[in-house]
Amino acid sequence: MSIYISSHTNIDIKGTQMTATPMISIWTHRLYIALAILLLSVSSAFAQADTEIITITEGNVEPTPIAITNFIGPDGLPTDIGRDIAAIISNDLEGSGLFRPLSQAAFFDPPSDVTETPDFADWRPIGASALLVGRAFYNADNMIEVEFYLWDVLRAELIAAGAGSVADKGKRRISHQIADVVYKKWTGDDGYFDTRIVYVAESGPAEKRIKRLAIMDQDGHNHIYLTDGSSLVLTPRFSQTVQEIAYLNYYNDDPNVYLLDIQSANSELLGSFPGMSFAPRFSYEGKTLIMSLARSGVTNIFAMDLATRQTTQLTNTPFIDTSPSYSPDDSQIVFNSDRSGGQQLYVMDKNGGNVRRISRGKGRYATPVWSPRGDIIAFTKMYRGQFYIGVMNVDGTGERLLAKGFLVEAPTWAPNGRVLMYFKQNPTNTDGSGGESYLYRIDITGFNERRIITPEGASDPAWSPFLP
Amino acid sequence: MFLRLTTLLAGIFLLAACETAPNATGDAAGTSASGSTTASSSGSDAAGTGEMTINEELISIGDRVLFGFDSYELSASAKSVLDDQATFLASNPSVRITIEGHCDERGTREYNLALGESRASATRDYLVAQGVNPARIKTISYGKERPAVIGSNEDAWRYNRRAVSVIN
Repeated sequence: MSIYISSHTNIDIKGTQMTATPMISIWTHRLYIALAILLLSVSSAFAQADTEIITITEGNVEPTPIAITNFIGPDGLPTDIGRDIAAIISNDLEGSGLFRPLSQAAFFDPPSDVTETPDFADWRPIGASALLVGRAFYNADNMIEVEFYLWDVLRAELIAAGAGSVADKGKRRISHQIADVVYKKWTGDDGYFDTRIVYVAESGPAEKRIKRLAIMDQDGHNHIYLTDGSSLVLTPRFSQTVQEIAYLNYYNDDPNVYLLDIQSANSELLGSFPGMSFAPRFSYEGKTLIMSLARSGVTNIFAMDLATRQTTQLTNTPFIDTSPSYSPDDSQIVFNSDRSGGQQLYVMDKNGGNVRRISRGKGRYATPVWSPRGDIIAFTKMYRGQFYIGVMNVDGTGERLLAKGFLVEAPTWAPNGRVLMYFKQNPTNTDGSGGESYLYRIDITGFNERRIITPEGASDPAWSPFLP
Repeated sequence: MFLRLTTLLAGIFLLAACETAPNATGDAAGTSASGSTTASSSGSDAAGTGEMTINEELISIGDRVLFGFDSYELSASAKSVLDDQATFLASNPSVRITIEGHCDERGTREYNLALGESRASATRDYLVAQGVNPARIKTISYGKERPAVIGSNEDAWRYNRRAVSVIN
């Protein structure tokens, strides 16, 4: 697959050289200011609130109205592939909650030459702030030729443009990459649409549920099962290269951490330990895997050098220390431990020293995951029979709860640090009905909670890093 | 569906009743014994042959112990069940067992895997202290993956916080 467009490298620009316009920086500022005000009001509400009251942060952001035209062919008319691409981009942007794609029924005649400056008078009346036009058609080599132009309608300025060609199977990916460009130009944050999710697909009755690893694009497409359900599998996590997955496999009734190569779907046992290895997570630089080993009633945290397979013990307590997660610079590790009596969150240096507790609220805290931005930590909280997904600063201050349910668990970060995914399980009825588990995602300002559609039940999601 | 449920619950109550049998005031077993007399007899009849297999024998003396919420401490009644298991293992020297540690669903997955391991280990350690050769005992944790009783309620959770001895 050859893709010339990438939101993480320079865009191959046709026509004028594009840089971020002053207007864009101003807009980005406005969005940040809006969010800052929102967060401010939430934290002051927290400060005034009785500590017994659980406040769920519910943000509200005014989405940017955007006109996305069907991409056209050399004859100036929309192509089938151009309709598909526009629909994928529209679905991505709409799903983020930060954009409101306008109905194409309201459009005037879309421009038949996308390289020309559009007549903005056609787009302002329908309320469009942004306009995305483009071309997409099959060339003589049966490759899809794609180019796009993103316009600021109010300022009448070109904001971004790009072009590329892909084989047919690259259609969805190049569409996600264009959506990433739009997202980045408008929000200032990297887009997360060209990413993947690995999770545990669930089927069968609660007492003998069948669990399989499955991988899919972040929008649920290109869904593939990676294991066949013959052994119980749990807690998959991506390597930084998005080529490998570390996960827990009950192969031969001997639960241990395995490394799965996505390309070949082959799994390899990672080391051989007395007891059970579990709760794996890769370091950001990718050379180390951190995990828990449980033996003789004690669970501690170990780091494994993936090249030499040498392990180093990082915690040594007679308690349960698990769910470790590295900071983005790999210098620190956040984990949960019951050393104080109940589960709480702790941070330690990467060598195991300088352990300090960070969670201070009521209830039990679990599954901490350091944001890829480094500034906050997401967690699962259990309090008075309810489960919550929340975030706190790395020193434990500024706790905000974003989602709650009978059982919500296992937050995972979009690589831009802006969106969290987790799973939500319904209560099970005594007749065996209920108990379904599904994936959800939410903006870290606490708005736009949405279910990710999967073919069957789903749990233990892990969001990929940016794809290489 | 209802029939299946009744059968399932009958099985559970049978186990619970067996567990409490040596200790009528057992704190771990709860008060569900009222429904267990009929369930128990029907359960025994189901065997049909009249000859108990070694598995059935273990189940009849009590193959499982229950734990408090977020705890791996063995209660007095749990220890009493394990005393019987130790006697059973002493009189069946060729039997090897796996102790499965389980949790209720009210915890996070990874922590529960660790907690299940602690429950299995506490159970194994007690049996070893009663003279069982540790080489005869394997342990495994299933965390919250394999509930014995279906349902999101206190009763189900109580029976799911367990360590079960299974003959290999």
